[in-house]
Amino acid sequence: MFIEINNLSKQYLEGDIILKNINLNIEKGEVVSIIGPSGGGKSTLLRCLIGLEEIDSGDIKVPDKKKMGMVFQSFNLFPHKTAIQNIMESLIVVDKMDKSEAKKIAYDLLEKVGLKDRADFYPKALSGGQKQRVAIARALARNPEVLLFDEPTSALDPDMVKEVLNVIEQLRESSNITMVIVSHEIDFVNQISDRIIVMENGNIKDIVVNKKKRQVS
Amino acid sequence: MDGNIIFILKGMKLTVNLYVVTMLFSLPLGILLSLGRVSKNTTLSNIIQIYTWIFRGTPLLLQLFFVYYGLPVVGITLSPFAAASLTFVINYTAYFCEIFRGSILGIDPGQYEAAKVLGMKYWQTMIRIIIPQALITALPPLSNEAISLIKDTSLVSAIGMAEILRNSRELVTRDFSIAPFFICAVVYLGLSTIVVLFFKKMEKKVMI
Repeated sequence: MFIEINNLSKQYLEGDIILKNINLNIEKGEVVSIIGPSGGGKSTLLRCLIGLEEIDSGDIKVPDKKKMGMVFQSFNLFPHKTAIQNIMESLIVVDKMDKSEAKKIAYDLLEKVGLKDRADFYPKALSGGQKQRVAIARALARNPEVLLFDEPTSALDPDMVKEVLNVIEQLRESSNITMVIVSHEIDFVNQISDRIIVMENGNIKDIVVNKKKRQVS
Repeated sequence: MDGNIIFILKGMKLTVNLYVVTMLFSLPLGILLSLGRVSKNTTLSNIIQIYTWIFRGTPLLLQLFFVYYGLPVVGITLSPFAAASLTFVINYTAYFCEIFRGSILGIDPGQYEAAKVLGMKYWQTMIRIIIPQALITALPPLSNEAISLIKDTSLVSAIGMAEILRNSRELVTRDFSIAPFFICAVVYLGLSTIVVLFFKKMEKKVMI
């Protein structure tokens, strides 16, 4: 298995249990969505996968962290850098790529998310939907095998949700990236997922296999 | 009268020199110490906290006396300018350190998380992502300190340095006229106006 979660538990210091004995395996190239009421542990599970949260017990097997990317609900773009600089940052700082090469990759990614003409805009000059598309491009810069989406459209005005979901759908069609998506957009989730995990009170309550998708893949 | 103005203005050279030296050293030192202050190394953080506690909690003038009159007791004699520079740098670094610390703590935690999932190390994150943003949010409080520093330079008259205020006072006692004090006020006001305008321009330029 590509991602393995065995008996994962986590609780806050105050004693509230957030994740109770989670077991989940995810295949390479699979798209898994996690749905369920707020406070059910969806985002925490995602954050455990990429190491933003410590786990209390159990274990997680994931690919090398270098091969994982994450898209946040609140975008978390670097406000002092332009769209293209946001995307170039990890290539230059982490991968020590030279600037011209990084710029080329960043341009291609901006084109992919339909924002080539916004390359030199600072985040404050972009709409919410545009910001999230830049954030997706930034997460793609280092060629991840796994992408985690933490409620990518929850902070957006309704009329901007579609443009972001379209980008994620295109990504699913054009790549073999394994995706784990926390979302409340049920139509989108039904459309894009191989499997849908329903989480409630820190438990996996149900796993729904999307038969239509399964046959295709 | 013209001679008086020139005499007072002569003191400006000292004021400006002390101002530039203090800023030049205190700003980078303040940033450096603020990094230690917010680091997970509690020993380092505590030492810096004690330092800022002492130097922000005692009068600058008293600190100046310690350095200028106190250090010779242990065999270190400094020229008035060196003593003043040293004192001002140490004192202002403490203020700047706390200002930068506040700005760093004010940065959205999401910025650290974004940098982390992109594979950036702690120091890379601080230098490339956090500090540049903290510098911008620190501008308004920095501007306050920058204005205070202009006025604080007048304290060095207490160790006999011929800066603006001291020269003015000399004229006042010589001529039995308070006109030199007005000139002195205008000079300080002019200098602080320059600083205010500079920071205003900076803020406009870098606001994100």
